[in-house]
Amino acid sequence: MSFAMNGARFHPVGAAGRVVLAACSVVGGMSVLQMRILAAMCPPDFDYDETLRQLDKVGVRSVGVVIATALLTGAIMVIQSGAFVERTGATSLVGWAAGTAVLAEVGPILIGLMFSGRVGANNTAELGAMVISDQVKALRVLGMDPIRYLAVPRFVSMIVMLVLLTCLGDLFALVGGAVTCEVLLQIDMRVFWQSVFESHLLDFFLMGLVKGFAFGGAISIVSCHYGLTVTGGAEGVGRAVNNSVVTSAIAIFVVNFVVSALWGEA
Amino acid sequence: MSVLRTPFEAAARTLGLLAETVRACIRTPPPRRAVLAQMFNTGNRSLLFLLVTMGFLGMITVYQGCLQAMKVLPDLSNAGAIFIMAMVREFGPTITALMLATRVGTGIAAEIAAMVVSDQVEALKVSSTDPIAFLVTPRFLGFVVMMFVCTVYSCAVAVAAGLLMAELRFQINPHTFLSLSFTRWSDLYVGLAKTFAYGVAIPILSADSGFRATGGSEGVGWATTRAVINSTFAIIFLDFVIAGIGYLLVRGT
Repeated sequence: MSFAMNGARFHPVGAAGRVVLAACSVVGGMSVLQMRILAAMCPPDFDYDETLRQLDKVGVRSVGVVIATALLTGAIMVIQSGAFVERTGATSLVGWAAGTAVLAEVGPILIGLMFSGRVGANNTAELGAMVISDQVKALRVLGMDPIRYLAVPRFVSMIVMLVLLTCLGDLFALVGGAVTCEVLLQIDMRVFWQSVFESHLLDFFLMGLVKGFAFGGAISIVSCHYGLTVTGGAEGVGRAVNNSVVTSAIAIFVVNFVVSALWGEA
Repeated sequence: MSVLRTPFEAAARTLGLLAETVRACIRTPPPRRAVLAQMFNTGNRSLLFLLVTMGFLGMITVYQGCLQAMKVLPDLSNAGAIFIMAMVREFGPTITALMLATRVGTGIAAEIAAMVVSDQVEALKVSSTDPIAFLVTPRFLGFVVMMFVCTVYSCAVAVAAGLLMAELRFQINPHTFLSLSFTRWSDLYVGLAKTFAYGVAIPILSADSGFRATGGSEGVGWATTRAVINSTFAIIFLDFVIAGIGYLLVRGT
């Protein structure tokens, strides 16, 4: 079975082989990068000024986006559980349904995807532009290790900041949910908060933070890998950013599955 | 975050581009071959990506939902019906749109931005070809059509993965799981409205980011980044608006 598209023939077996080979080379490259980053971190020997700059760039400037995303996420989940509550007739479950969904799954995933779009893509673009203009080679000539100077500060700051942003996002998601509950569902806000506090959500909150930690690590490794391996001019940078966000999205869903399953079985 | 900084200006520019694109679609319909090529690029090339992401999403949603539901009421016979309802009205369209914005939207922005910074768009104008009719309309039409196809495919993948998880981990009978007893027609309409809105918004926002690229390789990276942020935010915002309107309309009747 093969069919022509744009003149080039598409062979399923060849395409499958190419996908497997490309996946292996990407996973291998990212594993090597991860090992080199960990090696540079024990004992900690990396650029502290660059880390501070990255903490500001990665975290502080993402606060607005994360708050907006979280408010809307909370609102959406309350509307969805409103449909569910309305069909089962249990008003007091609205805080439980929306709170669980937001803290455990939807909140970390949406904040992670937003973070990957804003920070991960930006990081790939920045590193890619540095590679294209030979600035990374210049660092090596100056005797500076690009891993210690560029990769480790991004790795550390993305992990720290995504955990903190997940905390902040959870809070604002619950606020958004409470307001939507009052305005749209016309259920008293106190019912929502009471239901949230009675559902013992600390476990989910902690799981969300673990997810934030893991997503931050995954996004930084993926975006640094694609940024540092850019080839071929302006188009190459665009392609690298595209690959970076796609791989980050896959990583987010896979890591999310692993963390939730391990947490649930433990 | 240009959408937040100058929201009205950005909205006006985006709506202007949308109006021009629709006008170009009617006045000079793109050749069928170009639209088909974009449909192939949007849909067929996303199948594996959607399979992986929606598969994991479906499995974990069922897993987490059943685990939590068992604590409240140990009856899982409604789990499948609720899961399918949530997929149809919420997660199917929205997560598919987020994934396509990530894969296809960035691609559109990167392609157009690379053409802008290498003056190919100017060259098109000089040879009296409208860049919107030449570049945007085939991508726009291809995306809107394939967005529906991909949403249906994603829902099918997620339900199949969820079914697997329900059967293997929670021993729910597949016949009990595959139940549409909670899904109403209104859920399908809300889901389709979301799919259409996302399908229109993503290519327009991505093309807009691409056209506004300046400078060399840095500009291309910037445009691609902006395409993801703007599309992601637009998806979440449209989701909120359509879900809210849908809820009010259904309750009104």
